[in-house]
Amino acid sequence: MEKLINDFSFGLFFWQAIILLILIVLMVKFAWKPIMNSIVAREEGISNALLAAENAKKDMLNLKSDNEKLLAEARAERDLMIKEAREIKEKMIADAKSEAQVQGAAMIESAKATIESEKNAAMAELKNQVSSLSLEIAETLLKGELSNKEAQTKLVEKMLGDAKLN
Amino acid sequence: MVISRKPLHVIATIAIAILPLFSFANVSNDSVKKEAHEVHVATDANHGEAAEPQDKKAKVDAYIQHHLQDSHDFTFFSDEKEGKHYGFSLPVILIDNGLKVFSSSKFHHGETVAEVDGNFYKLYHGKIYKTDTAGTISYDEHHHPTNAKPLDFSITKNVVSMLFTSALLLFMFIGLAKSYKKGPIPTGFGRVLEPLILFIRDEIAIPNIGEKKYRKFMGYLLTVFFLIWLLNLLGMTPLGINVTGNIAVTICLALFTYFITQFSANKDYWMHIFWMPGVPVPMKIILMPIEILGTLTKPFALLIRLFANITAGHVVIMSLIAMIFVGKNLAADLPISLGLTLFISIIEVLVAFLQAFIFTMLSSLFIGMAVQDHHHDDHH
Repeated sequence: MEKLINDFSFGLFFWQAIILLILIVLMVKFAWKPIMNSIVAREEGISNALLAAENAKKDMLNLKSDNEKLLAEARAERDLMIKEAREIKEKMIADAKSEAQVQGAAMIESAKATIESEKNAAMAELKNQVSSLSLEIAETLLKGELSNKEAQTKLVEKMLGDAKLN
Repeated sequence: MVISRKPLHVIATIAIAILPLFSFANVSNDSVKKEAHEVHVATDANHGEAAEPQDKKAKVDAYIQHHLQDSHDFTFFSDEKEGKHYGFSLPVILIDNGLKVFSSSKFHHGETVAEVDGNFYKLYHGKIYKTDTAGTISYDEHHHPTNAKPLDFSITKNVVSMLFTSALLLFMFIGLAKSYKKGPIPTGFGRVLEPLILFIRDEIAIPNIGEKKYRKFMGYLLTVFFLIWLLNLLGMTPLGINVTGNIAVTICLALFTYFITQFSANKDYWMHIFWMPGVPVPMKIILMPIEILGTLTKPFALLIRLFANITAGHVVIMSLIAMIFVGKNLAADLPISLGLTLFISIIEVLVAFLQAFIFTMLSSLFIGMAVQDHHHDDHH
């Protein structure tokens, strides 16, 4: 210990302190600060780049899933549309069918009515024709019968004969 | 923390294993040492004298001691026979009735007395003492010089090393900072430095201080980590500098951590020191001095750990190399010495990093303890 104290040189201590102080100041100002700043800036740049790459990857994945979602949506929409179209088609067919039936029925009905009225008209005319024809026949018959006296009396006699029976 | 202890144990084990070598050297030297010094003082010119093995050991010991200490000149190697030292002198700055600035070459490596403005100074064991024209140094009974010591603010070897390291750090990291202007990824050497910065941030600062508050302390932690590491590594080079193994340097570093911790501490921290919540009042009174002492022992542990580890490493490596010179049988000693030195050197390179790591780690731990928000509902 005594030797250590004896070895201690105040001058050397003094110079060492001054040199160290100046060295620290100079190194901090001209070396460590720019070096540390550059290193930190570089590291930040690297981590930022990594982050950006990661984000881009995530975006890509999102985009991909978005695309898939869109595709699925489109597909679903298409299916829906096809289904709707099919339904519409079936409904149209059904509608058409029922309408046709109704229409047909109506047509048949009206045809029937027409036939009926035509028939009635024809019947009426026929009746008229028959009545006029029978009147004409009766007129001619009467004319013919009345001109033949003998036959007239015979008829009357016959009719009287029938009436006797009653 | 778990990782960090194991190599420490290894170092401690090795240091203890090698201890007998030193203690042997020291015991045999203690008597010789004085003799050697006296011889040294008396016959300063007689450098080239053929040395006996015992004298050699003392010389090795003195050399290691000398290396561990700070120095007023930067000597790479010296030629003892001719008394020549290869290196360069450094300025000496003394405060002794005014500022005195002169070159350390005036001391001639402690061999002569330097005269400045009518005052005489002598370099003795790395310290400057005021003396007379003849350069007499008087000793007390413990063989410590009693001469007056002027306040020494010299630009010593360690100060130069620190300035050099600081310049190197500024050059490296300002280069890195500039390379970010060209692009987000650094080029060239910056590719080595950036992971280290990230390591300090992700493994030390954020786990200990917290995600929100760490930014403020990054400057200190990074500077201290790289400064200590680089100084530790420079200590491994044959330049022979030992900055982080100097107690003054580690005290300064630990004090910085201490003051940063205390000044950034929040209310909870002081609350836990002076009036520990959740314990009875008598316990609070007992805990107060313990906690106050605790704040001081933390930086103390920091400074001793760094100092002891680096000093131990230097001593072990130098002693192993010295085996070549002390041993009698060169053919047998050389491979052992080289192999062991290589082995310890590899461990020391690891320790150089580890100690810088531990210092930064513990600093951030202490800071984290001072700034963290306590959630009383959760913890107590």
